Amino acid sequence: MSEPLLKVAKLTKEFPLKGGLFSGQTASVHAVDGVDFHVDRGETLGLVGESGCGKSTTGRCVLRLIEPSSGEIHFDGKDVRSLKADDLRILRRDIQIIFQDPYASLNPRMNVGAIVGEALIIHQLTKTKQQFEERVVDLLETVGLRADHMSRYPNEFSGGQRQRIGIARALAVEPKLIICDEPVSALDVSIQAQVINLLEDLQEKFGLAYLFIAHDLAVVEHISKRIAVMYLGRIVEMASAHELYASPRHPYTEALLSAVPIPDPKVKRQRVRLSGEVPNPISPPTGCHFHTRCPIAQFPLCKSEAPPLKQSADGHWVACHFR
Amino acid sequence: MAVASIGILTLLTAAVLFGPLIWRIPINEIDFTARLAHPSWDHPFGTDDLGQDLLARMLYGGRISLAVGFAAMAVAIIVGVLIGAISGISRGSVDAALMWITDLFLALPQLPLLLLVIYLFRDFLKNWVGPEGGVFILIVLVIGAFRWMPVARLVRAQFLSLREKEFVEAARALGATTPRLVIRHILPNSLGPVIVAGTIDVAAAIIAESTLSFLGLGFPPDIPTWGRLLFDAKDYLDIAPHWALFAGAAIFLTVLTINFIGDGLRDALDPRRVM
Repeated sequence: MSEPLLKVAKLTKEFPLKGGLFSGQTASVHAVDGVDFHVDRGETLGLVGESGCGKSTTGRCVLRLIEPSSGEIHFDGKDVRSLKADDLRILRRDIQIIFQDPYASLNPRMNVGAIVGEALIIHQLTKTKQQFEERVVDLLETVGLRADHMSRYPNEFSGGQRQRIGIARALAVEPKLIICDEPVSALDVSIQAQVINLLEDLQEKFGLAYLFIAHDLAVVEHISKRIAVMYLGRIVEMASAHELYASPRHPYTEALLSAVPIPDPKVKRQRVRLSGEVPNPISPPTGCHFHTRCPIAQFPLCKSEAPPLKQSADGHWVACHFR
Repeated sequence: MAVASIGILTLLTAAVLFGPLIWRIPINEIDFTARLAHPSWDHPFGTDDLGQDLLARMLYGGRISLAVGFAAMAVAIIVGVLIGAISGISRGSVDAALMWITDLFLALPQLPLLLLVIYLFRDFLKNWVGPEGGVFILIVLVIGAFRWMPVARLVRAQFLSLREKEFVEAARALGATTPRLVIRHILPNSLGPVIVAGTIDVAAAIIAESTLSFLGLGFPPDIPTWGRLLFDAKDYLDIAPHWALFAGAAIFLTVLTINFIGDGLRDALDPRRVM
């Protein structure tokens, strides 16, 4: 098997918390706590989990929009964490990001042409003004917008159109990997489908790889080849999309999947209900992070020892002592 | 409202710029036969205690008052935006130091210090660029130096909030350098409140100049400004109210129209406006 496009190992990110007036750092939020995964060329890895489990932080760490605390990130053979400012800029031609909120992710004072074409200017990808405009029009048409949208401002567009602008902006540098940070969560369901289809078309056309972050399991299942499930900063299960949905192994994944509504009122099924809330990431539970809510936890093992993410079947990784 | 204000302010500006060319009574022509005369066709705004024509003095004084107001605003905004931007973009010790300086300036007793600075440097500047120019530069700098702090704090607050916005993050992800982030993305989105603050500064500067003139440290007494006229008139308010009235009305109108224009500008510069 060839080298994966993106390889992340033992990635952690802690956000320090400042205490009162005289005490220095008192605690830290363990947003990402030792995450390993990889993304192959042209594939989509889905990253799911509930709010605050560290999905977005993981995505931003890969691009070093947030500086990771420790761990290794290798992209296309390059050690991302050791890159200096200039090399990091070059790296950002290869990795791009699409944001969740299409209303906050476009500068309201720049017209669409300037937004989409900004990367062309930063990386000096076009020589003349005419080339620049041709490229911007080309990008807009690629994502299903029209050339005359160029001179308009973001406020004149709907959420779905704005998200298309965001996608065009990410495509401008011809990246190899796009981090999709909940790109459809803020959109209507009908628009979600359009954007997902667009992302799939683009993947086929340009051979893009996606790190697709979401909390909507149905969307992730549709677009992803493999899926990683995160809970409180750790990956608890990782398998191919089909495998994960057909036979989830980790109790958390089981609970998540059983919460997905089935569009048939006659179907009855065993609902796995979790009690309690997600523990505070400032002081996560010892051992397995999930033991406080786990239906199959056995003490003291689960409380004292964190289960490693190990391969239980071919390509199916689980972090649980009993599965 | 803003459009009407622009009209009135343009009229005022045009009047003080070109008025003296049309209304040709010299500002210092003393006529003791017409002391404290009420408005008439000979003297539309009346005369002062020396019989000097108030319209002529108003027109001339407006030049100085408006020039001082706008120049001081420019100084305050440039310094404020610079300090606020540097502070807002470079968190940590630089930010702390700059905000400490800002607080220090805010805490200074302004009027005594103003007097001291003017007292110390007036003669030096007078010899250097002449009496009128020297006092002008000094007053503009001094007023500007004491008005930049609110602007700096505003800009810093805007920067702190805007730098975390997703479109700024997106630009960073595209590889934009920090200067580019600031100039293209953060600064244009932070200027709305600054413009409004700036318009208030124009008003404050005009009034501050009046205060200085009143204390005898502004322009020399023979140079009329609106503030100077007001303060000269205060002893005669009961017998010659017109003296104060027109200068006061001019300051009032200028300040009010500038504030309205500021509001209008903020709305007009906002691309989210409903067409």
